[in-house]
Amino acid sequence: MDGVDEIIREFLIESNENLDQLDSDLIALESEPGSRELLGSIFRTIHTVKGTSGFLSLDNLERVAHVGENLLVELRDGKRQMDPATTDVLLLMVDTIRALLGQIDETGEEQGVDISSTVAALQSVLDNEPLVQGSDGSSPTTPLTPSTEHEPLGSGHAEVIPEQDAAGQPISESGACAEESQSGIVVRENLATPATAAARAEGPSTSAHRHSSDTSIRVDVSLLDELMRQVGELVLVRNQIAQLAGFESGDLLRSSQRLSLIASELQDGVMKTRMQPIEQLWSKMPRVVRDLSATCGREVRLEMLGGDTELDRSLLEAVKDPLTHLIRNAVDHGIEAPDDRLRAGKTSAGLLRLSAYHAGGQVVVEVSDDGIGLDPVKIAAKSIERGLKTREQLATMTDTEIQSLVFLAGFSTASTVSNISGRGVGMDVVRSNIEEIGGTVEVDSRSGQGTTWRLRIPLTLAIMPALTVTSGHEIYAIPQVNLLELVAIDSSRTDDSIELIGGREVYRLRGSLLPLVRLADVLGTESHVGDTVVIAVLQTENQRFGLIVDKVLNNEEIVVKPLSTILKGIGIFAGATLMGDGQVALILDAPTLARRELSADSMEALAAKRVEAPEDTTSSAEFLVVGVGAHQRRRIAIPLSAVTRLEHIQLARIEMVGGREVVQYRGDVVPVQRLGRILGADSVESVTEKPTVVFTRGDRSVAMIVDEILEILDDRGAIRSDVTDSGLLGSIVLNGEVTELLDTVYALELVDPLYFSSHDPDAELSSFDNALMAGI
Amino acid sequence: MATQYITFTIAGGLYGLEVMQVEETLGHLPRTPVPLAPQGVAGLVNLRGQVVTAIDVRPRLGVAPLAPHQESMMVVVNHAGESMSLLVDEVGEVLTVDEADFEPAPPTLSDDVRALVGGAYKLDGRLLLAFDVAVAVGA
Repeated sequence: MDGVDEIIREFLIESNENLDQLDSDLIALESEPGSRELLGSIFRTIHTVKGTSGFLSLDNLERVAHVGENLLVELRDGKRQMDPATTDVLLLMVDTIRALLGQIDETGEEQGVDISSTVAALQSVLDNEPLVQGSDGSSPTTPLTPSTEHEPLGSGHAEVIPEQDAAGQPISESGACAEESQSGIVVRENLATPATAAARAEGPSTSAHRHSSDTSIRVDVSLLDELMRQVGELVLVRNQIAQLAGFESGDLLRSSQRLSLIASELQDGVMKTRMQPIEQLWSKMPRVVRDLSATCGREVRLEMLGGDTELDRSLLEAVKDPLTHLIRNAVDHGIEAPDDRLRAGKTSAGLLRLSAYHAGGQVVVEVSDDGIGLDPVKIAAKSIERGLKTREQLATMTDTEIQSLVFLAGFSTASTVSNISGRGVGMDVVRSNIEEIGGTVEVDSRSGQGTTWRLRIPLTLAIMPALTVTSGHEIYAIPQVNLLELVAIDSSRTDDSIELIGGREVYRLRGSLLPLVRLADVLGTESHVGDTVVIAVLQTENQRFGLIVDKVLNNEEIVVKPLSTILKGIGIFAGATLMGDGQVALILDAPTLARRELSADSMEALAAKRVEAPEDTTSSAEFLVVGVGAHQRRRIAIPLSAVTRLEHIQLARIEMVGGREVVQYRGDVVPVQRLGRILGADSVESVTEKPTVVFTRGDRSVAMIVDEILEILDDRGAIRSDVTDSGLLGSIVLNGEVTELLDTVYALELVDPLYFSSHDPDAELSSFDNALMAGI
Repeated sequence: MATQYITFTIAGGLYGLEVMQVEETLGHLPRTPVPLAPQGVAGLVNLRGQVVTAIDVRPRLGVAPLAPHQESMMVVVNHAGESMSLLVDEVGEVLTVDEADFEPAPPTLSDDVRALVGGAYKLDGRLLLAFDVAVAVGA
């Protein structure tokens, strides 16, 4: 039974592929009636389906194919000319065959698909449509293939051969022949090649575009994936051997270098097996365009350029829907009705052009039409109506920017909802689909002249260029797509070059302010900054920001591995990859980082909020909770009202003055102390940089080094206890956890005895002085 | 009915997974920690070119989690099409157990543990706690 299943499966795969070809061939035939190459190709496909289905006892399929074949024989033999009605009925036949194949694929049976109407439709074309009558030689209604010299049929020059001759053609012709025998003759053109199933193996003259079948084989994708995985393993082993051989000389080294070369080539080769021409996708489009233009009452001429451009097959899959949507949109909304076009001085048939080409390590796919274009005025009006943009915002935008608004969710320019597009599922979905695979989409349009949608897609999903950086002990990869530039700042100068605005760190990059995000803070890990601080300037769709990392390692081509489901929820990782030494590194997702860090107010912003809205001294107080201690992490609460700023401080920058530790901070010498030491806790010493709480009163500042900034909480409903120790006012249960309450006055005076005796304290600060004295 | 279980120990306890659910058992591989990951995710390991998530069930068994670089053996399971690796102390023998010896987890166990182990097989002199693979790799 397995053997038969295998045959049926092969048959289904091959037939489906051929049907796609059939669709485009049939439509091409409309514009090129009588092309024998096309007719030959169509005929052979149907003939093969018929032959094989007969062999596999798929009777319904055989019947449809059989009637279709009869019609095709007449076309091929020039007894009939292609016209829209014939195309329609043949397309109907293709659909029915496809439905039957689908049914067989699902259930193994061909029952459940109605074939009678299709057979009837085909038969009625066969029966009723006027054939070229042999007796009517004086007025042949349909000229024959122009490429041959023959004269109209019926004039006596057509070669009339008895049906027995046809039997000389390869097997399984019987059905067709029997049908032909009803008319008694088979008319064959003078130069016609015997267009039968045998021609498949035979003909340069007939089937140039079928040639690939001779030199290619079908391979299961899972086999390729497995091969890919094994090559990955081979590369890792190669790396190990290269390391071992690094200490040797002679034969081992030479062999290892050779192994290295072969492994790389093998890797390239396997990658290439996954590449497929975009043609595969495009072959479906003529049918889509034809059906749609008929529904919408448009005349559309479809041009396709660069179909041989190759893409990874998984990407090809992912691009299919967005591309189809763009094409539908172009026909429905882009290209005007023929009358309107003529009135606008255009040809009645609109031009829809698909083109694909390689550019800068990406594949660019363009869908352009010469239709009505995107009207910025209408788009602007619509976006105000939908509340997407305000009039003021629109006033400062260029036409191109306004046109790009169509990518916003909830935007649809169609004034009426049609069944083709304009249901609000629109360009935003196209954009998100394309962005999901690491691509971009842009629109370029001139009102009244046409629109070009441009998709930029990475060559392959599996491999992408990335910058590798370190943060803490780990390596992270940043996709090059998002990377604009790298800025290195000498660590000792960070205070000058990194400024705080509203509590947020910013950097002046050539005059404009670049918001900064510290990778270690985002990840909640330690950072190990060396002599220089590196800012990776990243660009996402509408945000530019600087990501501070510890160190930049390399530019590499990385192989993207998916993360397991439970880790996808984290969001800021786009996947994982393997480094040359086999170590796993996480890939950062810049858009998510931007969304999360630039909109959700971080720690500093919370601290900044305090400055804007002075404390509410009524019932509750806010506390900054910090962590102190390496082994046993203690939670220490500091009244937020006393805190001026949160910083990170380089431990190397701490200097000694008169037996006290100080640090230069904003042009002042500020005494610094580790909070852990005051409280008798150990502290994490393995790092070079630490979070620091800065207290400022009047002109005096104190920096208190902690091990971790945890959170800001208020003490509403908190349980207090007087269990205390030196430097503490007691403990308090904040957010369900016991937190020690710092005796701020004691601690600050310990570091700077004159902190509270400053002669000119700001008046506004006195209230919180009192609060501090009272222990809040 | 008899079922075969791959047995392993975690913090002194004897646990098992059905043989059919286990892809392979492995020695230690270095783990790359995943910041912000849910509790129980011990990092990512490179399993012959595949990136596999390592799960440490210790916290759910009421035991302190492994330190980031502490060596551990691994039991690789496939759940819902994804390979996941459970960190275990030691992989033991394959035991054939009898369904008749099965008992649901006693209510004295904590909810976490009861969700994790569907029940116990009474072996000679000891208990084999059978992991529910879906719960175990669900972290």
